[in-house]
Amino acid sequence: MNDVANRNQLAYIAAQASDARVNVEFESEGMTLNLGPQHPATHGTLRVIVKLDGERVLRADPMMGYMHRGYEKLAEVRTYPQVTTLVNRIDWLGSFANEVPFILAAEQLMEVEAPPRAQWIRTILFELSRIANVILFLGDMGVQLGAVTPVFFAFRDREFVLNQIEAVTGGRFHPNFDRIGGLKDDLPKGWIEETTGVLDRIRTFCDEMEDLVTGNEIFQARTRGIGVIPAEVGLAYGLSGANIRASGVDWDLRRDGGVGLVHDQVDWKVWTHPDGDSFARYWVRLQEVREACGIIEQLLGGIPSGPVMAKVPRIIKVPAGEAYVETENPLGVMGYYVVSKGDLVPFRVKIRSASFNNISITPWVLEGTYVPDVVSILASLYFILGDIDR
Amino acid sequence: MILAADPLLVDGIDLTVVLIVLLKAGVAFALLLVAVMLVIWFERKLISDMQNRIGPALAGPWGILQTLADGIKLFFKEDLLPTRADRVVFRLAPYLSIIPAFVAFAIVPVGGDFSDGGDGTVSMFGRSTFLQVADPPVGVLFFLALSAVAVYGVMLAGWSSGSKYPLLGSVRASAQMISYEAALGLAIATVFLSSGSLSTHDIVVGQSATTWNVLATGIVPFGIFLIAGTAELNRPPFDLVEAEQELVGGFHTEYSSIRFALFFLSEFMNMITMSAIAVTLFLGGPAGPIVTQRVAWVWPLFWFFLKVMAFLFTFVWLRATLPRFRYDQLMDLGWKVLIPAALGWFLLIATLDVAADLGWPTIPVVIVGVLVLWGGASLLSGAVRKAQAERLEEADRGADETAGSASGLGEA
Repeated sequence: MNDVANRNQLAYIAAQASDARVNVEFESEGMTLNLGPQHPATHGTLRVIVKLDGERVLRADPMMGYMHRGYEKLAEVRTYPQVTTLVNRIDWLGSFANEVPFILAAEQLMEVEAPPRAQWIRTILFELSRIANVILFLGDMGVQLGAVTPVFFAFRDREFVLNQIEAVTGGRFHPNFDRIGGLKDDLPKGWIEETTGVLDRIRTFCDEMEDLVTGNEIFQARTRGIGVIPAEVGLAYGLSGANIRASGVDWDLRRDGGVGLVHDQVDWKVWTHPDGDSFARYWVRLQEVREACGIIEQLLGGIPSGPVMAKVPRIIKVPAGEAYVETENPLGVMGYYVVSKGDLVPFRVKIRSASFNNISITPWVLEGTYVPDVVSILASLYFILGDIDR
Repeated sequence: MILAADPLLVDGIDLTVVLIVLLKAGVAFALLLVAVMLVIWFERKLISDMQNRIGPALAGPWGILQTLADGIKLFFKEDLLPTRADRVVFRLAPYLSIIPAFVAFAIVPVGGDFSDGGDGTVSMFGRSTFLQVADPPVGVLFFLALSAVAVYGVMLAGWSSGSKYPLLGSVRASAQMISYEAALGLAIATVFLSSGSLSTHDIVVGQSATTWNVLATGIVPFGIFLIAGTAELNRPPFDLVEAEQELVGGFHTEYSSIRFALFFLSEFMNMITMSAIAVTLFLGGPAGPIVTQRVAWVWPLFWFFLKVMAFLFTFVWLRATLPRFRYDQLMDLGWKVLIPAALGWFLLIATLDVAADLGWPTIPVVIVGVLVLWGGASLLSGAVRKAQAERLEEADRGADETAGSASGLGEA
């Protein structure tokens, strides 16, 4: 009896609902639009399937895997020193930072520790690759909103950072410099003074960005209150790095994690922003570039003397065991889970890359926005395609 | 008789007159084509300079022939026609875009001596004439009409491509260009009040007699004209129609070869025409001091060129500096700020004119006028806010209802 009454009631509601639908004048089925895999805004091969009503997004599904290179599997047939060559290519804008957590994991398994000098230089290069990575974001955000000039400034000043990385490692894009137990080489002569000059340039660049982009009223109108991610939602989706700090979560592995790098030796600050919108993400990254300049400057002043390589065997065999090490990379938390069976090659390497988790929030955050905002929100989440599809 | 105001045509039409008119049209056509070539080079070179680049440098001295090379390349490329395109409209659209761009320049007086009460006539093969292709009595309306036709070029191009990005671009184009046309028209209407004529030649003469319209109409219409004109041209920060990062290429995504070149040319041609019209309406056209009497006819051309260059520089500068508006922000700016401001200013200027005719004192009239406008503006903004609040409330209610019914049906 109750069932029948319920059914009648539901049938009535359904009829009402369909009537209401007929009465809506411009009820259209919507349009499915493929943003990507070849699209100017996805700088790579990300594909976002958006269902549109006019210019309003009803649903957005990110599709990834167009650039999958199988690094986790490839790492299983490479010796440990060879793996760094592969992982360099994950986040290709800040490549040195990719090597660090893997090397740290291997060191943890082998129970060796890099000498202090190597740790300091490691941290300097780590922060330099953060600058090389994030200043491109600062310029690129303007491009995605239609202002092309900032990105040329970014490329101009990034060149100086790359020069410094090249002077140490010999590689501009893929340094492949980190070794188990230390570094390949020491710093070249005169490098410290040159780097101080470069840091001044980067600070000037940050001021320029503040003049050209941050203060612009159109930029503010396009980013403030757009793509707001509350802290709890962001945490639930596994956001990390500047994306979650822009939502007000004070969490930075450089301060809170602290294995193998010497961030605890210097005085610096973790920047957060309470708003969680696109503007906050931009602003936090801008401050982080400045902060990275400060970190490098302090580290340059106090590099300890000594060797850059610990005593490790020539042929590296890692004892059986497993280790997980994560660090605060330019894009967010990057971790390597390394399982060893005591061989020349790792048994399994699982890579936790930041961008993969960062863009997993796109269906949630893009719903109900407009097409231009899809582009600006994707830009502000800042992903690197190599970091999504490893 | 559309050309009647020109002294060339007063004494009847013979072969010389026809030849002079044809010559003027031919020279204007050629000049505009060369100017477009140079403007494209100018923009690329200037924006490169602003962005720490070199820009075109290989074709000809300082890369000045780059546009020519690009044009030749485009001409020899394959002309693609999408399978789902509407064939006729797809082919027609570029011409709808470029022909108005050419024709609109006809009404711009580019030279002639307007100083010391001069009426801007020049002597050509023993006949006196104006240095403009045509001077119809409805000149500025003619320009507005042509720019309205140009909307069809963009709109139909996007619609007929049979593809999604162009479609979005064309929807944006139709809304944007039509709504900014209203602001543009209202800004120009203020000029009519101060000049009392629609003929471009008379407007220029009127300005050289008294003061330039940019001051005579009190800056505001000039500012509105500049903003609305930039939007009408689809130049940054109003380039939503082609928004590369969002819509790939917008309305011309599916176009290739010479048809794309036509759109490209018409964009820059419109830029030149809009600058020239702004100079004519607000900055006294070719008026300026005649410095030397030897080649006196060069100076008006020079001043005209200089003023147009100032506008072209501004357009490039805007492009190098500003991000793009969002669609709804653009509409807000157009309908809620520019159109009411243009209308209010128009009413104020009209009131002042009438008060001057009736011999009322100026200052009280201005005070009362400003008060009335302020009241109107606050009413309008109040209405806008109320409507917005109601819409938000309604949307919230709607969202609740849908959520409720969805969960109800889900249980079944």
